[in-house]
Amino acid sequence: MLSINNLTAKVEDKTIIKGLNLEVKPGEVHAIMGPNGAGKSTLGYVLSGREGYEVEGGSATLNNNDLLDMDIEERAREGLFLAFQYPVEIPGVSNMEFMKESVNAIREQRGEDALSAAEFLKIAKDACKQVQLPLDFLKRGVNEGFSGGEKKRNEIMQMILLKPTLCILDESDSGLDVDALQVVANGVNSQRDANRSFIVVTHYQRLLDYIKPDFVHILADGKIVKSGDASLALEVEKEGYAFLGKGYEEANA
Amino acid sequence: MTEQIDQALSKQYEAGFVSDIESETFESGLNEDIIRRISAMKEEPEWMLEWRLKAYQTFLEMDDPDWAHVNFPKIDFQKISYYSAPKSMKDKPKSLDEVDPELLRTYEKLGIPLYEQEMLAGVAVDAVFDSVSVVTTFREKLEEAGVIFCPISEAVHKYPDLIKKYIGSVVPRSDNYFAALNSAVFTDGSFVFIPKGVRCPMELSTYFRINEQNTGQFERTLIIAEEGSHVSYLEGCTAPQRDENQLHAAVVELVAMDNAKIKYSTVQNWYPGDEQGRGGIYNFVTKRGICHTNAHISWTQVETGSSITWKYPSCVLKGDNSVGEFYSVALTRGAQQADTGTKMIHLGKNTRSTIIAKGISAKNSNNAYRGLVQMGPKADNARNFTQCDSLLIGDKCGAHTFPYIESRNPSAIVEHEATTSKVSDEQLFLCQQRGLDPEKAVSMIVNGFCKEVFKELPMEFAVEAGKLLEISLEGSVG
Repeated sequence: MLSINNLTAKVEDKTIIKGLNLEVKPGEVHAIMGPNGAGKSTLGYVLSGREGYEVEGGSATLNNNDLLDMDIEERAREGLFLAFQYPVEIPGVSNMEFMKESVNAIREQRGEDALSAAEFLKIAKDACKQVQLPLDFLKRGVNEGFSGGEKKRNEIMQMILLKPTLCILDESDSGLDVDALQVVANGVNSQRDANRSFIVVTHYQRLLDYIKPDFVHILADGKIVKSGDASLALEVEKEGYAFLGKGYEEANA
Repeated sequence: MTEQIDQALSKQYEAGFVSDIESETFESGLNEDIIRRISAMKEEPEWMLEWRLKAYQTFLEMDDPDWAHVNFPKIDFQKISYYSAPKSMKDKPKSLDEVDPELLRTYEKLGIPLYEQEMLAGVAVDAVFDSVSVVTTFREKLEEAGVIFCPISEAVHKYPDLIKKYIGSVVPRSDNYFAALNSAVFTDGSFVFIPKGVRCPMELSTYFRINEQNTGQFERTLIIAEEGSHVSYLEGCTAPQRDENQLHAAVVELVAMDNAKIKYSTVQNWYPGDEQGRGGIYNFVTKRGICHTNAHISWTQVETGSSITWKYPSCVLKGDNSVGEFYSVALTRGAQQADTGTKMIHLGKNTRSTIIAKGISAKNSNNAYRGLVQMGPKADNARNFTQCDSLLIGDKCGAHTFPYIESRNPSAIVEHEATTSKVSDEQLFLCQQRGLDPEKAVSMIVNGFCKEVFKELPMEFAVEAGKLLEISLEGSVG
């Protein structure tokens, strides 16, 4: 599915990702944890192709296609989905309109017919209910006036509608209360299947109580420094990042 | 290669073609003799000629205005031809079958079918080509309802009393430099009269086309809605793509008697000039309406064309409880300059006005909103709400807001809200991450920004306006 080899990337002349390796197989859930400034969000942006995030070396392939050679929208159509930590507002463009265009752009790539407004409305309503947002959110402007929690749920709704093959969740748990966290986790869990993989970027172990990862990686200073199973997250929760050395512990205190 | 370039250009401005039509065109120059000749071509009565000549005297005494936020070389009025009409129109064709097929093809190419059976049901069209009206559709059907819809040059003959009474009553000859010029040399435009209590059975529209080189278009439109009547009027405009600038100086006057309602919508798509600012239409227009008691005038405009736009559709809220509205989207790109807005003059009690102005600037363009809200001493409890939003695409364009508020009544309330935003990299990234290509993304973001205005347009126009924005924005990204 996703194969990252010795990836190095910089933002404004500062190298943030420093030789990162990661192999994600179909159906797997990988959690990425790490102290602030380790490069967790940067990884999501580099993989999705955001402007200003420049690859210096290494490779990344998705389903054996060279990810780094594609435009942002091509990567999305190839099945890469990024759930944003801080989703931006697009005033006046309804969620419904936005998602219909988006779903149809991706269907076109897969050689499927565009959905009619009625067909789309039906699946959109289901997705909306699934993340427990009132149906009028479909009519509202994209993220316009949404609370932090509503924005996160809206991201998960988009994920459900787009049916991506690789989902990167960038701190989808930040700023959520326990109930909202449960909704987000349920949304993610409902989408888990043998062909869909997840990279769950998080600061806290809490989310992983709800979304059980197959692997946990610790990202520090642009590299994966430790990998393990779900128990590694519990260990970090208890011990902090002390094993990384004194500097990290303080930075994260 | 040339073909590819041509294709690329026509994609940018689809109405940029020239029709090969033999025209009778006056030599360039502006003087009394020219005005007499225009009047003679139209076989006008003496009073009309005198009115024009007085306007010309006024024009000569005035100076060109320099307060707008636009830059252009001084216009040489002697280099413009003030009259041009297809030769075939001289025989006054009585039906479409007698009209030069090349003329009809022009409108067909522009997507304005003139045969009634081909028309969208419910829209009557007056087609003005350079200085004359080519055809006005559905006239009989409208006459059954008592509605008059005809070229203004015809109305001068047929309805002299109405013209004498109302022409210049809302925009006086001396109102401003370009209004004075128009009053002297106006050639054609539409005349609408809706009798008392009548709801006009269909949308009325005028389609203005400039074709001939070095000519100006000076149309004049007059709409009178008698007591309790309703009318919705639309206008559209295009011109060929040329390296020279062409002048378009129009005057539009609206009269809404007690309890009448006039809705006036414009989709202006004059040739905007190229990226370097060569060519394009200078659009200097005076539009104003007067509202009597309980009357309602609503201006909606979508301005995407012209190299310079200087235009302030206004409402004089004379009668008590009258309502004025202004909804505007002005898009500038390339080297376009727009200085547009409105004036809401509150004279009567309990008068209300709403202004929603959306300016979009891309590339090197400059877009200014200029609006005046004036509360007169007798305008007790008058209210105004103004919302003025600017959207910037890229980092070389400018957005400017010049609001003027004058209140001489302590009970009047004036609200003004203004925002400036950018199509942000984050918004683009979100759209692209969801699989949309960048141009689709920008057009979606811009359409969302304009939503409040588009919903005021009649349906067919709203769709056209959306498409127009999409075409105009092509190549604005990156």
